[in-house]
Amino acid sequence: MSVALEAGAQLPAQTYRVTRVDLVKYAGAAGDFNPIHWSDRQATKVGLPGVIAHGMYTMALGARALTAWTGDPASILEYGVRFTRPVPVPDDDLGAEVVVSGSVRSVAGGRAQVDLTVTCNGEKVLAAARATVRVPVPAG
Amino acid sequence: MPLDASFIGRTYPPSEPYSVGRERIREFADAIGADDAAFRDPRAAAELGYPDVIAPPTFSILISNEVGQVIIQDPELGMDYSRVVHGDQRFAYSRPVIAGDRLVSVITVEEISSRAGHDFITTRTDITTDAGEPVVQVWCKLVVRGEG
Repeated sequence: MSVALEAGAQLPAQTYRVTRVDLVKYAGAAGDFNPIHWSDRQATKVGLPGVIAHGMYTMALGARALTAWTGDPASILEYGVRFTRPVPVPDDDLGAEVVVSGSVRSVAGGRAQVDLTVTCNGEKVLAAARATVRVPVPAG
Repeated sequence: MPLDASFIGRTYPPSEPYSVGRERIREFADAIGADDAAFRDPRAAAELGYPDVIAPPTFSILISNEVGQVIIQDPELGMDYSRVVHGDQRFAYSRPVIAGDRLVSVITVEEISSRAGHDFITTRTDITTDAGEPVVQVWCKLVVRGEG
């Protein structure tokens, strides 16, 4: 399974639902216990609307979408983002929806530059989200 | 009080080796919902040419966050962590993190600046095996929000 990583190729939008239990699992797995990711009381105290997702969780979803698309879990050579908006995760069964899409800007020397767009409620939550992925050498 | 710019270029001593375990990788992959077999099954990883299960790309944040404590808790630098927000994050991989790796981290302060009452600090963590093989470089920019 792999896609043709050519300039202009589009990573189709992937939608990920994020609920409170996902944040609790991520906190444990990543060892990040900042209370703004599990306590409304602490989150509102620092001026947030309520509990927000870990920025690194959102970043991980971007990588997940990208490697699922390239078909190679080790295809990412570089990956960087800027955290611009929080992803509020309400305490209900629906939680938040994070949408990841992308497009290949250029390909050179066996490397593809991919621009990612990551949104929540229609607004970009990451800026300058870019990755460099390895382009497989065609067999034969 | 702005962060002390004389810390720019400072490199902290290498960390103790971090032992990467299969279970920790699987737990991380489960938490982010990444279902690739190579994160869980050594045979699937072997098909891709790796000696054991590999970690998802952002797994190394566990390691860089842990070693980053040396800066956050450096009393000389005096960072108020309650005011810290994650600004930027970047990774550059030489290869994936692999279960069984013993990873040593060296953290360097690359940049400190101030703008509009906020302080910015960028660190680079060079993660290698204990034999010196490069694995991943991790850049993290933190924003220390000004008071008021």
